This record gives sequence, structure tokens and C-alpha cells, in this order.
Amino acid sequence: MSIAIRRRVQLVVLLGPVSLFLAVFFLGPLAIMMVTSFLAPGLYGGVEWTFYPHNFGRILGFADPMFEDFDPVYIAIFLRSVKIAALTVLAALLVCYPAAFCIARLSERWKNFCLFLITLPFFTSLIVRLFVWVLILRQTGLVNEMLLSTGMIARPLDLIYTDGAIILGMVYVFIPFMFMPVYASVEKLDWTLVRASLDLGAGPIRTFWRIILPLTAPGIVGGAIIVFIPALGNFVVPAILGGAKVMMLGNLIEQQFLAARNWPFGSALAMMVMSVMLVLLLVYVFASGRRGADAALNR
Amino acid sequence: MQDSIVRLEGASKAFATPEGGSVTALDAIDLQVRRNEFLTLLGPSGCGKTTLLQAISGFVELDGGRILIDGEDMTDRPPYRRPVNTVFQNYALFPHMTVGENTAYALEVAGVAKAKRREQVAAALKMVGLEGMEGRRPRQLSGGQQQRVALARAIIARPKLLLLDEPLSALDKNLRQAMQIELKTLQHELGISFIFVTHDQQEALTMSDRVAVLSGGRIQQLDTPRAIYDRPVNSFVATFIGASNLFEGRIDGDRLMTSDGTEIRYRRTPSTTSGAATALIRPEQFFLADAGEPSPTLDVDLEAIVFVGSTFELFGRTPAGRKIVAEIPAGRRSLIGEIERTRRARLAYDPAAVHLIQPCAEA
Repeated sequence: MSIAIRRRVQLVVLLGPVSLFLAVFFLGPLAIMMVTSFLAPGLYGGVEWTFYPHNFGRILGFADPMFEDFDPVYIAIFLRSVKIAALTVLAALLVCYPAAFCIARLSERWKNFCLFLITLPFFTSLIVRLFVWVLILRQTGLVNEMLLSTGMIARPLDLIYTDGAIILGMVYVFIPFMFMPVYASVEKLDWTLVRASLDLGAGPIRTFWRIILPLTAPGIVGGAIIVFIPALGNFVVPAILGGAKVMMLGNLIEQQFLAARNWPFGSALAMMVMSVMLVLLLVYVFASGRRGADAALNR
Repeated sequence: MQDSIVRLEGASKAFATPEGGSVTALDAIDLQVRRNEFLTLLGPSGCGKTTLLQAISGFVELDGGRILIDGEDMTDRPPYRRPVNTVFQNYALFPHMTVGENTAYALEVAGVAKAKRREQVAAALKMVGLEGMEGRRPRQLSGGQQQRVALARAIIARPKLLLLDEPLSALDKNLRQAMQIELKTLQHELGISFIFVTHDQQEALTMSDRVAVLSGGRIQQLDTPRAIYDRPVNSFVATFIGASNLFEGRIDGDRLMTSDGTEIRYRRTPSTTSGAATALIRPEQFFLADAGEPSPTLDVDLEAIVFVGSTFELFGRTPAGRKIVAEIPAGRRSLIGEIERTRRARLAYDPAAVHLIQPCAEA
């Protein structure tokens, strides 16, 4: 057997299982969803096998003859979800970035211990952890009880079932996802470059903007992407901490499938979210592809 | 005190060790660097030379003492407010900026207008032989070129003092020697004082106006390269710079007697005292004695004769077992043939060339 053929066989053997798995369990459902999104909803759930493009029109606010008049409610939900996801990214970054610098300066032992602590939440159920936040935030919860007992407030504050509660919960859930890429780039930051900047007359603030931030930017962008994407589609946190008051894309989709039993519209929504994210990712890949080429040359 | 650009007064620094103790990096150092001087801080690793450099650039805070640059007290000033720039050991070029942006950084920070910046960058790059390289990225350059960019970046704002932290240690030997000469020329053209840190004694001797030999956080000797080589003040300096034959003993008139009975003759000077002293004979001060040689001699049993090109290096022992190193010009082949056969040599020296290290100077 020639080496070329052997190589090919190796490739097939090594990549075969994962390709097969993804083809069956990722591309398959995706195709089903795509087809469904162009079908009409059945009267009692299920689908009618007719071409029906109104699902997408409905998202954009145009009337679906079966349901409603022009109503931009879905665009509003989409924009609110983007806002909440973006605020989540920002808040998580504000927590993780300084922390990464602190932890990167610790000794090897403490570093590993802190990294372990950050991954610790993965060991417990997400739902359980979120219900603990309910206990903390609700009207008779820990925070309100404490504030009431100190006399700082007269009536319990509305902490839970707000945008703030959702952002808090999502930051809490996504901190490890933000922290890891940010930490990776902060940890390998070459401090002699910071020294060189100070030595050349740049103060701490200018050194941060001109040297530290650009050199840690890859980690920040990476963290932002892997937090933003699941945050945009998340439905567990809004369901638990947002109650029925705050509708996000994730809940909307979940509702269409489980409550409204309108699978085609749910599929259309899911397709829409996915394509927006794909576009964002492509923009990022294209932008960093150029920088990446630079970086490759810089190796 | 206007002839000195930098003045250190009693500069002290101790570092805590992980074991809970402390290490003295700078032991009350007094040092004055003259205007337009090329001063080298030379010493083995851990001698405090890098700490001293960082104290001047502002990255190490002193425990005690003062630092004045051009008459101004810099002791409590942060690095970015000192008129000092550094060429770092690993160059520390900003990887996300081009050569031009790197070079212009100090000017940009100082708020120099863009057009003027471009002009000065071009001039600085020309000075280090990198004309037209503004658009390149640091990692596209060779080590030597990166070195030059670091140099251009550090001199562009015309600091009062340029610090160089072992900048040549990463270059190969030929490039290194070329850069040594270039650095010296550049320093002359710029009229800026250079403080150069190295552990390479050859480099120190080649480039410097004066050399400060450091050990244990103290300046052992501060003098011209020749004086340091010819007249070291103690045996540490003598052994750290160049190869040396040291004979500890007691002074007896115009000779020094060691405990194993070796006798070294030297020329007395008015400052010569009596008592214990160490005589230094550099290997190249020995020559092969012919019969009837009037100079004092040492008989040596040779252990190795090494041909190094322009010279032969002889390694041997006196009858009393004392190690001797000598360097003989390779021109005298007939004599070399003779000693190669007999494995014995009679090494002569000029008593006037013997340097006497006296303990009072060794304190």
C-alpha cells in the first residue's frame, strides 16, 4: 500500500466517527429544522406539507394571514435579547479581565487552585444553582431580608424577574466561558513590553490602551463570542430569573415548540438566530483572518 | 557637579528570598557617570548589575540612597517620567506594531506631530542601518535587525542616558562583534552617555570608556579597561577579567615569597608596603627563556600545550605543584618544538610587569 493511500485510510479512520456523528445528529436535525421552517403550522400542532414563507415574514413583523396584523414584537424581542446578551458579555468581561491579571500573577500553585475554583460550578446542576439565585433575589430573599432588617429600605425591592436579574444570572453562568480565553491571553502577556512602554515615557493609562489591551484583545474577542452566542439563545436563565415578565429569544423559541405547538415558526426563529450569529462569526473570522495572517508572519 | 550626568549616592537594595531571608543586591553604591561616557557594569550573574540598571531606569525602588540624573533627584520618579531609555535584553519590541510605529512610540507618547515623527523615525532608522524598513513587523526581522530597531526606538527621543541590558547576548559571535563597534560609534555620534550591562568581560574591555566591576552588590573597581586589566585592585577583579596567575605570599624586599617557596620578583614602588600581598602575572607576560636569560624565571612542568592560532597556551605546574597558565606567540616555532619534546619550560617575566595586589586595597 502506498503511503498516500495509507494516509487517506488513516484520515478516514480517525475522522470518520466524529464526521458520522455530526452528520447524523447535527446536520440531520438542522436539515429537518430548515425544511420545517418553510412549512405551514397545523391547526392542532404538527405541520402541513405546503410551502409557507410567512414564518419568516412574521419574524420581521409582517402580517401572517393566519395570526395577526403587522406587529414588530419579534424584532423587539430579538433586539432586547441582543441587548441583554451584550450587557452580559460586558459585565462578564468587567469581572474576568481584572481577575485574570490578579490570578496570572499568583504562584503556580495558587494559579491552579484559582482555575479549579472557577471550573467548580460545573460540578453542580445549573438549575439548582439558578434556583439558589431565586432564593437570594426574591421578595422574601436574602438580599431583601437583610436590607429590610437594617432599615435601609421600607419595602422589598423588585430584584427578581427583571433584566438585571437575567444579566446577573447569565454572567454567573458564563463567567468560566469568559474567563478561560481572557486568562489565556493575559497569562502569556509579555510584561517586558509593558516595561518598555513605561520606559519610553508612556504612563500607565496609555500603556494599557496601546500595549496591554491590543495584546490581550484576542482573548477578549474569543471570550465575548463564546459568551454572546449561548447568551443570545439562552432560555433557562430568563425562565427562572426572568419569570413570565421578560421574554427573550430562547424563551420565545421554546414557547413556540412546547406551548404554542407552532413548530414551523419556532424553526424559522431558530434559523434566524443561527444565521445572525453565523454572519457575526464570519465577520469576525474574516477580520481576524487578516490579523491572523499577520500574527502568523510574526511568529 | 555638572560633569556627571548620573549620580548614585548610597544606593541600597535588598530582595527577600522565598526562604524568608534577604539578599543584598546593591550595597550602598556610590557611582558617577560622566557626560558622554560609555560605562560598562560588568559582573557575574547575581552581582547586582541588572538591579543597578533597573534602579536607574526606575523599575526597582531603592531601599536607601539617592539617584540624580543631570542634577535632578529621580529617586521617587516613575520610569515614564525619567529622561532615560532602555534597550532590553530580549529587545521587547511591540509585536502588534510595525518597525516605524515601534520607533515612533516615544515621540507619539510625547505628542510630537505626525509629520515630524515620520522624519525623525526615518533619521533614526537610517542611523542604525534600517532605512526604509518602517512598514515591516518586528518578527519579520532577524535578531540583529530587531536589535537595531530596539536601539532606534530607545534613542529617538534623545534621552539623557541610554541603558543597555545585555543587548548583544542573543546575537551570534560575528554579529556581536560588529554591533560592539557600531554601538561605540553610535554613542560617539549621539553624545549620550551609555550604561551597558554585560557579563562578558571581552565586550566590556572592547567598548567601554570605563568599566565598573560588580560583585556582591558592591563596585569592586571602577576604572578604564586597561587599568582594570593591568592593575586590578583585588583578586576577584584579577580572575574575573582575563586569565591570571596569582601568587599569594609575603613581601620581602623586592620579592614575594609564597608559602610553597615560589619566589616572584617585582619592581618596588613608593606605595609598596610590607606584609601579605598577591602578585599577578598575566599569561601573555611570560616568555620562553633562552639559556642565560637575565630576567627572573619559573620552571614549569607542562601538562598541555594548546594551539589557538596566534598563540600557544601552555598549562603546567611549578615543582611545588602550583598551576601556571602562559601564552606564547606562535611565531617562535623552534622553541615550541623544544618544549613539546621535553614537556618542560622555563618561563621568564619582567619584574616591572608584575602587578602587586595589596590587602589594604582589597578591603
